[in-house]
Amino acid sequence: MARYQNIFNQIQLRSAPEMGPPLPAGDWSRDGKPGYSYWAGKLGAAQIGPIYLGRLGLASLICGFLAFEIIGLNMWASVNWDPVQFVRQLFWLALEPPAPKYGFKILPPLNEGGWWVIAGFFLTASVLLWAARTYVRAKQLGMGTHVVWAFLSAIWLMLVLGFIRPMAMGSWSEAVPFGIFPHLDWTAAFSIRYGNLFYNPFHCLSIVFLYGSTLLFAMHGATVLATGRYGAEREIEQITHRGTAFERGALFWRWTMGFNATAESIHRWAWWFAVLTTLTGGIGILLTGTVVDNWYLWAQQHGYAPTYPTTGLADPAATGGAQ
Amino acid sequence: MKRFVHVIAAAGAALLLTGCEVGMKEWTQTGYRGAALEQITDVSSKVKQGAIPPTPYPLDASMREGERANVTYQNVQVLGDLSTEEFNHLMASMNTWIAPGDGETQGCNYCHNPENMASDEKYTKIVARKMIQMTRNINANWTSHVQQTGVTCWTCHRGNAVPVNNWSNVSNGKPGLRGNKFGQNTPDPTVGYASLPTGMFANYLQGTQNIRVASDKALASPDHVVSIKNTEQTYGLMMHLSQSLGVNCTYCHNSQSFRAWNLSRAQRNTAWYGIRMVRDANDEYIETLTNVFPANRKGPAGDPLKVNCATCHQGQAKPLGGVSMLPEHPQLRGPVGAVTAAATPPDANATTEAFNKPATMATAGPASNTAAAGDAGMKDAEK
Repeated sequence: MARYQNIFNQIQLRSAPEMGPPLPAGDWSRDGKPGYSYWAGKLGAAQIGPIYLGRLGLASLICGFLAFEIIGLNMWASVNWDPVQFVRQLFWLALEPPAPKYGFKILPPLNEGGWWVIAGFFLTASVLLWAARTYVRAKQLGMGTHVVWAFLSAIWLMLVLGFIRPMAMGSWSEAVPFGIFPHLDWTAAFSIRYGNLFYNPFHCLSIVFLYGSTLLFAMHGATVLATGRYGAEREIEQITHRGTAFERGALFWRWTMGFNATAESIHRWAWWFAVLTTLTGGIGILLTGTVVDNWYLWAQQHGYAPTYPTTGLADPAATGGAQ
Repeated sequence: MKRFVHVIAAAGAALLLTGCEVGMKEWTQTGYRGAALEQITDVSSKVKQGAIPPTPYPLDASMREGERANVTYQNVQVLGDLSTEEFNHLMASMNTWIAPGDGETQGCNYCHNPENMASDEKYTKIVARKMIQMTRNINANWTSHVQQTGVTCWTCHRGNAVPVNNWSNVSNGKPGLRGNKFGQNTPDPTVGYASLPTGMFANYLQGTQNIRVASDKALASPDHVVSIKNTEQTYGLMMHLSQSLGVNCTYCHNSQSFRAWNLSRAQRNTAWYGIRMVRDANDEYIETLTNVFPANRKGPAGDPLKVNCATCHQGQAKPLGGVSMLPEHPQLRGPVGAVTAAATPPDANATTEAFNKPATMATAGPASNTAAAGDAGMKDAEK
């Protein structure tokens, strides 16, 4: 019987494509005639396809396409449908959320943010449908549901930024524009408006988990690659034996820093760090403006931000005039 | 194969480096250590100090005596307090500053009818009169910004009839989607090529709206509601200040808290008055000339071309490198007798009031005192 096996080396296997077990009745079929790609094999498995699309996948792609088109066509219209300017100014172009005067009105005029709301709706629908699809596919394979929970953590941050916080503030205008530079400028403006987001402790936590994720990823990746010469990918088979790749990796960290993760726990570490990045980030954004209006002042009041010597300058509007 | 990968890698690394600015940088610490309070200047792209034209002839004390200009000439409405010699000296200087050259539309003829110098038939003369009033108002009543350096026509004009750096209202155009970016998301030098709104001058360089967007309270309250879009406007304005003066944010602010005045440098105070000064110039002088300017001297929305920070500063923290032209051109200091330094700080309410009537404002400069206090504060902390 054909068995899926990822060999941890750079040799690319060529044989009859792996088609997977038959699907239960009522499911769609797996689509696409599988083939082999040399370059795909450089990055991962050389076999491309088949793919299971399904109802959720199809609906997700349609919603994602609609959102992408609405954003792109709005951007293109803003440069008078000029293809050259569309490319030249692409990084500056945006689909902006409604103005403050529209509050949280369900559908403002299309050209004044209405399209933004619609694009946001389809984008949200797209990612939620895709999350549901990862849940169903995982169940179908008899797996745990870790992937969908991790994805939902990212969706949480996206929805806080674009929907939940604007709803709490009663204004769509609080949301992020769609656009490369515009969303970056929004980020900076958001921090300026709310008195320096770096003093938001949940922002700090999010950064810790983000940078921690990269550190864990680097440590884990390096350990597995460094022990690949002893067959590190067969860690479960090796776990009870001495001198194996797995034991060498574990001993490396124990002897380097006194403590080592286990083959199971290192992946929990990685999963939690990744999930907590967007989970804490979303909490930090949600508290901004709804509860805390100036994070610098909040941090001063809580002994959380350092105090620097004053320059002795006073607010001219408060003291009035030249003195 | 390997060589190919190496070539690609080298090309990629080279491409990444194209984002860097090569050349020497000047680095100056401007505040307390460890808070990134510094100015970094790219030496090669530093704006050179603009040349200052020589005075037509020196103005000595004896020339300030004698018959007043409004007795010698007809229709002298603003400069009547000058001696005839002083008056002529200023007119000669203005030739060089604003419309240099000879001909029917240059030199004196740019504003005057050579057959009848007293006539107000050319709009440019009406404008020039108002601009002289504006200049004297700035020098007499806005020393909080221009100190004793002051300004002359040259500070902005630099030999051009219309100063090169100006702004006017953005034409709203058609309401549809096509070709409509709602005043932002365009690579525009005004806002340092960010995607920030570019129509912010009308909101903040006219009128009395405050620019501060961060709250003075830690927790949210219904008393302080400022949208992100509003913040982006102020952010765009600050990019303009930074560009106009050739400085970083930390020239004035401590990035720990952009709002906190007690962490800011004295320069922020100067800038605060500068913004009020620009509003005064735009609202009280330039806007009042709306009906005087012909259409070709107005912006697309039909309003006159107005002043912003770049109009005077032109890329320098101090216009013309801080060189004062007033010693050679005392006529522009203000009406004779108007300039007297205030001995005591004026009372707070009175000076807030005074922004509506700059003529009542005190004239002592704020920068030196606060800078000294800042140094003392730092020394204490070092102990």
